[in-house]
Amino acid sequence: MGAMSVAPAEIVQPETVVTTERAWITIVWNDPVNLMSYVTYVFMEYFHYDRAMAEKLMMDVHEKGRAVVSSGTREEMERDVTAMHGYGLWATMQRDD
Amino acid sequence: MVRILPTASGERGARIELAEVEAALLASLAQQLVDLVGVPDEPAADPLAALVGIDPHAAPSEDPAVLRLLPDAFVDDDEASAEFRRFTERDLRERKSRDARAVAADVTTSAEGGVVLDLTGERLANWLGMFNDARLVLGSRLGITDDSHDELADLAPDDSRAPLVELYGWLTYVQDGIVQQLLEPPA
Repeated sequence: MGAMSVAPAEIVQPETVVTTERAWITIVWNDPVNLMSYVTYVFMEYFHYDRAMAEKLMMDVHEKGRAVVSSGTREEMERDVTAMHGYGLWATMQRDD
Repeated sequence: MVRILPTASGERGARIELAEVEAALLASLAQQLVDLVGVPDEPAADPLAALVGIDPHAAPSEDPAVLRLLPDAFVDDDEASAEFRRFTERDLRERKSRDARAVAADVTTSAEGGVVLDLTGERLANWLGMFNDARLVLGSRLGITDDSHDELADLAPDDSRAPLVELYGWLTYVQDGIVQQLLEPPA
């Protein structure tokens, strides 16, 4: 952790499936409306994940309440979060502490 | 009654057949979505900001359904969420109202005697977006939670929520049907 980074008081530590050292992550949260099939489709369509990966992430969202779906620079995560909101998924971004 | 089939051309997508009454219902619902999330049609205070898609006055909606369509981008950082909103909300509203307008146009122009459409490419994206947004709004209005599905499935016929629940179920059936065509394309 760099000297300039400030840890938030409460750190949400999601299940990480993307193992990189890039600094920001996009999280998709569970909600009671979005269909499992649709969420799988969105992960395949937007992130170009294969079916198995997309279903694993979808099941993490469904069962664990959230999943890290991508990581990268702040600008990249802003793009991903915006795209997820466009699809109607509930997504947020944060530093990968 | 709605039917969802593979596209006639074999192109990636789905063919949808709607009865006239279903098409009319969908057109009305799409228009309500435009009214709910569309960018208000008023002169921008700052034309340059509007030109590049910035909305300096974007704020989290007090309507839970709208807030679900246009959510905060940060969990515990109101300031970062507000800045994100100023730069992105206008585009997001435009995308959602464009989806809904496209569906409304698709089902109104050819509604007589029902509608048969191949949903592919941009049209497919419009339809999936509109259906999902409509379900999110209805889900919010009905207070749907992971635990309330059973209760809502067993409503008395005279319950005031019954028509919305029926509509929600119909949208779910159609959206899932379209997505299944995409996930399991015909061999």
